[in-house]
Amino acid sequence: MIDKMSRHTKKRYQAERRFKIYGLLAIMFALGFLGLMLSTIALRAIPAFTQTYIQLTVEFSAKILDVDNKRDVKQIARADFQKIIREALYAEFPAANKRQDKKHLKKLVSSEAGYHLSRDLLAAETTDLNFIGTSAAIWVKSSDDVDSFIKDFISREVDEINRRLNDQQIGWIDSLIADGKLETRFNWDFFKFADSRSPEDAGIRGAVMGSLFTLAITLMLSFPLGVFAAIYLEEYAKPGRITDFIGVNINNLAAIPSIVFGLLGLALFLNIFGMSRSSPLVGGLVLSLMTLPTVIITTRAALKSVPPSIREAALGIGASKMQTILHHVLPLAMPGALTGAIIGMARALGETAPLLMIGMVAFIADIPTNINDPATVLPVQIYIWADSPERAFESKMSAAILVLLFFLIVMNGLAVLLRRKYERRW
Amino acid sequence: MINTLLEENHMQENSILRAKYAAKNLDVYYADKQALFGINLDIMENQVTSLIGPSGCGKSTLLRCLNRMNDVIDICSVKGSIRLDGQDIYDDGIDVVELRARVGMVFQKPNPFPKSIYDNVAYGPKIHGMIDQKSDADEIVETSLKKAGLWQEVKDRLAAPGTGLSGGQQQRLCIARAIAVNPEVILMDEPCSALDPIATAIIEQLIDELKQKFTIVIVTHSMQQAARVSQKTAFFHLGSLVEFGDTDQIFTNPQNQQTQDYITGRYG
Ligand SMILES: Nc1ncnc2c1ncn2[C@@H]1O[C@H](COP(=O)(O)OP(=O)(O)OP(=O)(O)O)[C@@H](O)[C@H]1O
Ligand SMILES: [Mg+2]
Repeated sequence: MIDKMSRHTKKRYQAERRFKIYGLLAIMFALGFLGLMLSTIALRAIPAFTQTYIQLTVEFSAKILDVDNKRDVKQIARADFQKIIREALYAEFPAANKRQDKKHLKKLVSSEAGYHLSRDLLAAETTDLNFIGTSAAIWVKSSDDVDSFIKDFISREVDEINRRLNDQQIGWIDSLIADGKLETRFNWDFFKFADSRSPEDAGIRGAVMGSLFTLAITLMLSFPLGVFAAIYLEEYAKPGRITDFIGVNINNLAAIPSIVFGLLGLALFLNIFGMSRSSPLVGGLVLSLMTLPTVIITTRAALKSVPPSIREAALGIGASKMQTILHHVLPLAMPGALTGAIIGMARALGETAPLLMIGMVAFIADIPTNINDPATVLPVQIYIWADSPERAFESKMSAAILVLLFFLIVMNGLAVLLRRKYERRW
Repeated sequence: MINTLLEENHMQENSILRAKYAAKNLDVYYADKQALFGINLDIMENQVTSLIGPSGCGKSTLLRCLNRMNDVIDICSVKGSIRLDGQDIYDDGIDVVELRARVGMVFQKPNPFPKSIYDNVAYGPKIHGMIDQKSDADEIVETSLKKAGLWQEVKDRLAAPGTGLSGGQQQRLCIARAIAVNPEVILMDEPCSALDPIATAIIEQLIDELKQKFTIVIVTHSMQQAARVSQKTAFFHLGSLVEFGDTDQIFTNPQNQQTQDYITGRYG
């Protein structure tokens, strides 16, 4: 008898241990995949954070920059700075004097280098034009191909015809390296610029600003609307069929695929109200529609969880219903409501489909400065880059994913912090 | 023991009394279920009236009618009349907020706001416009806490959260909060049921002092407590008022067999 029982106990212990191990395995499996995903993204993103620069001795010749010798800043700003850089390259490698050689040579530097050079020189209000006629050693961005070569994406081993750089160009690069005229720097421009057709100039700033504007609109609309709706439903509406019906339909709204909200936005905001396409304003409106049900549901839950004794206490000393709600119930429900809003915002931040519908997928090379400028957002930028053929955009895409994940983690962290800070104070 | 207490209480009754509340034919329903049946009851000014009776007999229901806290419950409906100083409190013209400022309430479970001790007491006066400047609030907070017998214990930590006090202290804080708005009546629903005997004794003594200024209605399950603190006692059974009279009469010479059974503990 005792023997039988002890055998049973042993079996029970074993079952218990197995049960625990299954759970542990499941967690390890999930964590393993997450780690794998994150580390591949991070590894692939690394090249996007550096950029190759080439040092050139340029001559700011008046013949090119100021043809009629007027020293007019506006005129000079339109001058062909790219030619100055080209000339500097030809001077660096005088052996390349054939037309064909020169064509290959000028492909070593970024086609945007001249534009940036003129911007840097003429940025100040009272521009000092004394540089004209002098010469200086400056660093310019290399072309995407040189950058890819330096990052080992283009291999010497491959046949010349299948390579984006020919042997001659590689020779020039080698000589630049030998002279210390080629270096790799941290790519600040990635965080300063908007999207560009040239990978070496493409940055995340435009999408980040677009996302910020869009989310600001979303928060400003969905949070107050959601809180007011929740207060009405929870505190004022008579419980009954109609309230239940509204509640159920809010839950349904929360479950509707987001692309449907995009189609609604397209039909309503663009076609009927005639708002501007691709703008954070319309994007924010669409995302508010999507976030609103989440905010309402979480706020209602938060209001419901405020203990009735607090309401009774307030009503008992003669607080009106509004005072009871504003002074006691809402402050206690606020952390819950905020958590809901942040989680809703985090979801909105990652939304792509509805924004494609309202045209936020366009190629936009300017950083938006207000809610009516055409803009794109982070996930759409990722989508755009994922679709681009150039090798360099692949790492840009991974870097953009990292930036998006960073914002998501910050927002979710904020939600956790809020919950911790205000958890159960009564 | 009870008898000596009753005699003491009796000795104090010498002023001419006036009915503060008068309930006439009061019926209360929760949806279809009737909770109170034709209650007729006068509550005397500056006296302590205790409501006793077995669980579920409608004591809390009656108490919550007196300051219309039942309004919060959607399914609750009231018939008949309750007059406060001659005015029917269920009249359409009555402002519930004003009524509740005149009739304070202390609940079974201490329920201070999750705010500082100071704010707990100052909140009521603030929303009723009794405070013009900071010194007014300071004064009200101090006198209310003194009347509630809590001042000595908390005067150095008025900024501390009210929820951090002990159960008995919290209940006295709730009493201070109720008397801060200077009500005429204080309703107490089993105010000591969550407290130990020492805290209970403090609160009972407090009730005795408070009746100089306020009219008090208290629901209690303790016969001793009813006998100690109240001058009038009402015994309820299954939603009806079975017997109502002077506390010493109810406890020494009940007219009704059910009352007799209940106070002697023979009730199941
Ligand atoms: N909110 C409510 N909804 C429905 N019925 C209720 C509600 N509150 C009380 N009742 C019913 O009304 C009757 C009286 O309840 P009440 O709370 O007044 O009793 P009580 O005398 O205070 O009891 P106790 O001594 O246990 O506190 C009970 O039958 C109860 O079920
Ligand atoms: Mg009760």
